Amino acid sequence: MTNILEAKGLCAAYGPRQVIWGIDFAVPEGGIVAMLGANGAGKTTTLRAIMGELRAWGSLTFRGQSLLGRSTADIVKLGVAMVPEGRGTFVDFTVEENLLLGAYTRRDKDGIRQDIQRMYEYFPVLGQRRNQRAGSMSGGEQQMLAIARALMARPRLLLLDEPSLGLAPLIVQEIFQILETINREDGVSMLLVEQDAVRALRLASYAYLLETGRVALQGSAAELQASEDVRRAYLGY
Amino acid sequence: MTDFLQLVLAGAADGSIYGLLALALVLIYRSTHIINFGQGEMAMFTTYLAWSMLNAGWPYWGAFFGAIAIGFVLGLVVHRILIHPIEGAPELTIVIVTLGIYLFFNSIALWIYSGVPKIFPIPAGVPKQSWDVGGVFVVPLHVTIFAVLLALMLVLFAFFRFTKLGLAMRASAAQPHSALLVGISVPMMMGLGWGIAAMAGAVAGLLSAPIVVLEPNFMATILIFAFASATLGGFDSPVGAVVGGLIVGEVSALGGRYIEFIGTDLQLLLAFALIVAVLLVRPAGLFGRPQVVRV
Repeated sequence: MTNILEAKGLCAAYGPRQVIWGIDFAVPEGGIVAMLGANGAGKTTTLRAIMGELRAWGSLTFRGQSLLGRSTADIVKLGVAMVPEGRGTFVDFTVEENLLLGAYTRRDKDGIRQDIQRMYEYFPVLGQRRNQRAGSMSGGEQQMLAIARALMARPRLLLLDEPSLGLAPLIVQEIFQILETINREDGVSMLLVEQDAVRALRLASYAYLLETGRVALQGSAAELQASEDVRRAYLGY
Repeated sequence: MTDFLQLVLAGAADGSIYGLLALALVLIYRSTHIINFGQGEMAMFTTYLAWSMLNAGWPYWGAFFGAIAIGFVLGLVVHRILIHPIEGAPELTIVIVTLGIYLFFNSIALWIYSGVPKIFPIPAGVPKQSWDVGGVFVVPLHVTIFAVLLALMLVLFAFFRFTKLGLAMRASAAQPHSALLVGISVPMMMGLGWGIAAMAGAVAGLLSAPIVVLEPNFMATILIFAFASATLGGFDSPVGAVVGGLIVGEVSALGGRYIEFIGTDLQLLLAFALIVAVLLVRPAGLFGRPQVVRV
């Protein structure tokens, strides 16, 4: 299987402070990969480096093209979208405006209309609230909106930063089910950063464990679930 | 009664000018969340440039639109050179920089054009003679300013509400990081906001100069009234800026006439009283939306 995203010796820094120290990882075409690790391990930083928001070096390719040195707008156009931590919905804008903003890099008006309808099918609650301010919705609804907004860019790779953060377990379950559907039906590859390792390993087929900016451990989801060390240190049972 | 109507008209004329400059303030606030103290002086400077073009033999409307175009570029450049580098700096820093913009354009105008007041013509094609409507004198220039104000407000409202670019500009101002993630070039949007605001400011300068006289400080008082207008209407609402401008114009005109001790000397004070009163009762302004977010 070919990889849609491939990092080799990737380093990243916030200004002068280096946070990522030469990591290798890959996301296979159509696959879901999880990135686990404690707070401050560099997971969010890795995602932000992929989106071109930080100074990064080493090698980072998306469908064979280097992402390093590109602007965020360019990277979105190439087919990478991110659902940031804390959702990043436009709180003062309506649901529909949020979706239109998600499609900002696209020019096909009819396609955008169709995709908005498709999002309302994936997330019926968004359809019911299309003219409501995003900021007035519940956390779970806003997370759904954030995912829908990211999908409006028609990404081939979706980066998700802690989609379960602060949400009730039932809502998290619903969101993860929808992610699985989107992955299966639309073939959108995903790189998932999660604190909730149990759930992440259930959705992903492969996972990397980051520790202070380096890959400490990697393997198939089944291997990591079975590993005694991982279980004790990160899964908490 | 005619006396009263005459005052209402005068108030509307002043108010239209405040509204125009308030529109510029609102535009910058909407696109960068900055309150630009240099807005009036940028408008003053573009008006001087129009005066130079007129002196060089340009027709009125050539100079008018030339100055507006230069205003746009001026807005872009000021944002690029002065505001973009200090993005994310504390508010105080940004306020000081916009005060610097005020001083810069004020000094440059004084240096190039001296402080001697200049006569600036009214728009070509607008009659100089007042119309007598049932004993009330209607000044065609005032009607023009009012019409321009309404037209500009409608255009801006439609632009922000219905166009993709307008939506992207609002999004960049509201949540720059999220805007970046959907592929919007945020610095470009903010620069555009400054450019469009400077255009609106240029219109305010060009239309008020014939009434006030053109000298380096002629926009300073107008700026204060424009602040009052924008505060009253809500700093994030173009419609609010216009309605706010008209209310401030009427309050100063009528207050100056009917409240004995105020007269023309204390009109400015009325504007301040209005700002304070509004901030106490409704901090977001009449048309502004208070920020309420569920997390």
